[in-house]
Amino acid sequence: MEVKPKSACETCAQFNADGLKKLGVNTSDFDFVVALAGNPNTGKSTVFNAMTGLRQHTGNWPGKTVTRAEGAFEYNNEKFKLVDLPGTYSLLSTSEDEEVARNFILFGKPSVTVIVADASRLERNLNLVLQILEITNNAVLCLNLMDEAERNNLDIDTRTLARDLGIPVVPTSARYNRGIPELIQTISELANGKIVCKPHRIKNIPKNIEQALEKLSAEIKQVYPDIPNSRWIALRLLEGDRNIIETLKTGEFV
Amino acid sequence: MKNNKIDHIISLSNDLRWQMGDEFHDSLAEGIYADAAEIVKASVHKKDEKGAFRLDAKIDKIITSRVWGFPLMFLILAMVLWLTIVGANYPSAMLSGILLDTIHPALKAMASSIGMPWWLDGFLIDGVYLAVAWVIAVMLPPMAIFFPLFTLLEDFGYLPRVAFNLDHLFKLSGAHGKQALTMSMGFGCNAAGIVATRIIDSPRERLIAIITNNFSLCNGRWPTQILIATIFVGALVPASYSGVLSLAAVIGIAVLGMIFMFLVSWGLSRTVLKGEVSTFNLELPPYRPPRFWKTIYTSIIDRTLIVLWRAIVFAAPAGAVIWLISNIFIGDVSVAAWLIDSLDGFGFLLGLNGVILVAYIVAIPANEIVIPTILMLTVLVTGITAGSGAGVMFELDSVSATGDILRAGGWTLLTAINLMLFSLLHNPCSTTIYTIYKETKSVKWTVVASVLPVIMGFVVTFLVAQVWRLIA
Repeated sequence: MEVKPKSACETCAQFNADGLKKLGVNTSDFDFVVALAGNPNTGKSTVFNAMTGLRQHTGNWPGKTVTRAEGAFEYNNEKFKLVDLPGTYSLLSTSEDEEVARNFILFGKPSVTVIVADASRLERNLNLVLQILEITNNAVLCLNLMDEAERNNLDIDTRTLARDLGIPVVPTSARYNRGIPELIQTISELANGKIVCKPHRIKNIPKNIEQALEKLSAEIKQVYPDIPNSRWIALRLLEGDRNIIETLKTGEFV
Repeated sequence: MKNNKIDHIISLSNDLRWQMGDEFHDSLAEGIYADAAEIVKASVHKKDEKGAFRLDAKIDKIITSRVWGFPLMFLILAMVLWLTIVGANYPSAMLSGILLDTIHPALKAMASSIGMPWWLDGFLIDGVYLAVAWVIAVMLPPMAIFFPLFTLLEDFGYLPRVAFNLDHLFKLSGAHGKQALTMSMGFGCNAAGIVATRIIDSPRERLIAIITNNFSLCNGRWPTQILIATIFVGALVPASYSGVLSLAAVIGIAVLGMIFMFLVSWGLSRTVLKGEVSTFNLELPPYRPPRFWKTIYTSIIDRTLIVLWRAIVFAAPAGAVIWLISNIFIGDVSVAAWLIDSLDGFGFLLGLNGVILVAYIVAIPANEIVIPTILMLTVLVTGITAGSGAGVMFELDSVSATGDILRAGGWTLLTAINLMLFSLLHNPCSTTIYTIYKETKSVKWTVVASVLPVIMGFVVTFLVAQVWRLIA
């Protein structure tokens, strides 16, 4: 079969924007599941609304979204189901909203995880980003609230950031719909394997912990050769997470 | 084979955990932050040191300061209320002109022209229709103002600052600081406030927040407070000050509600819901300029209309019930008159009267219809000629005419004050009760949350009445 070379236009997010259909709550027969994670009050729900055409309540306070919201969009004849997770600062503690987010990323097996981060508070947000990157291989950083970062005179080099994190980075201002077409294009490319991530793994860990992690992770890989996040599971085992011990026995995450 | 290996992994992890000791969690967290710092250093640059961060910090310094935090909070609350009260008058008058003065007579005329029997006409048009029309005319305008104003404050980022200011008080009362957020939602609608308690992780603190949410004066009760305060409290001083005094009385009741919320939270956390106060991080988000028109649009579509629809659904049958109890006779007295008569003694003890208690029973589905029900029943009892007949709700054109009817029904300043107190302290409306059940999945706690405020209402109004009568 002959493969036509693509014109520059066809690879552009704006060109493909007419292939976008916002499907609202109609989440039947989807091709891909996309999870939306991030710190509280970074505009996850606004990003969610911009992509699905839904009107989830948004508000300027952490904790606005208390349950999992689902919506869908269609892009170039592929259906994406979007799951808006409650905002969390970390996946390392045991409160209930974190449980929802952590379990979904680990066991819900989303095709793509969109991590929404506040561009003007990037360092604090990276805590969660780096944890999620331990769990999943397919992620994109949605650098939201770029308008605020600009107002705060912050200059963010998204290319360097993408290289350091090993995942695509898309700057957005979801409130004004800026960057959303690019984000959708990136999600689609990730889902279809056109972009392959090489996510950052936490480096600054004391040697003894690193060795323990490697030892455990190697053992886990022997039993479950196909899982991408043996290191995360090792981390949780060292933490003594009962949930993980249970699922390790049942093999639920495979 | 596989199981053996997994057991091996688990025991290995236990050994390793033992070897590493306590620092594991901290070293991991430090490692993540060190990585984050390196990454940010490479890709984020600050163009100059002066930025909008400074402005946010300056605003925060005032809004969350020990000295100005509380006064500013009350000032903002007063402003929102004042805009709601003043702004709602005009559209309310217009709506009641259309729905009650034009459409209602037209419906009556139509009913008689097609020869509808009097009881069906009364039941449908005087009962169901009027209740719905009243709720729309009285509720829609204040909601259409209050909810968008509240949403604008929310979008701006003020709510977490309120939580910050109140955190200390909630902690003292053994409750969760985030209860300040659910309390604020309750000022709009208690059912919404109770759903919002999901942000509280600890089940104990969440139950406290659910049970005490009713002490936030909700949207259905603000109009009652405002009307009664205007008629009876505002009249105590010369006309030029009466607006300020009635506003102060309404805010006083709202603040009293907050005090009760703290006291009951404190009581619960010392007795049946004992436990430690959990700590949490409260991030103060940056101030964001709200997107004005979008906020107005979504708050009207998503909040106002939904709450209004709920009120209509509950008001329609309530209107029917009012008409029925006034028109069904046992011997030669109507059911309503009989009920009022038998509750009058108890009502007197509480500084209220039988009419008010009957109205609160009828109005369990929706707090909004308390005042029209009271007016209608008062007319029924006193036999003065106003309104449109037995069991017909009506609205009087002027506040003073409403006051005249109530005074004819034997109301005094004590009745008014105790009605305001009882409006604050009584059972939640049926929607809220149902929401409490859905959220707690427990009949026991639903009953506690519903009955506790009524008992408190009885006790407080009884005490006020006795003291008042001793002094006066």
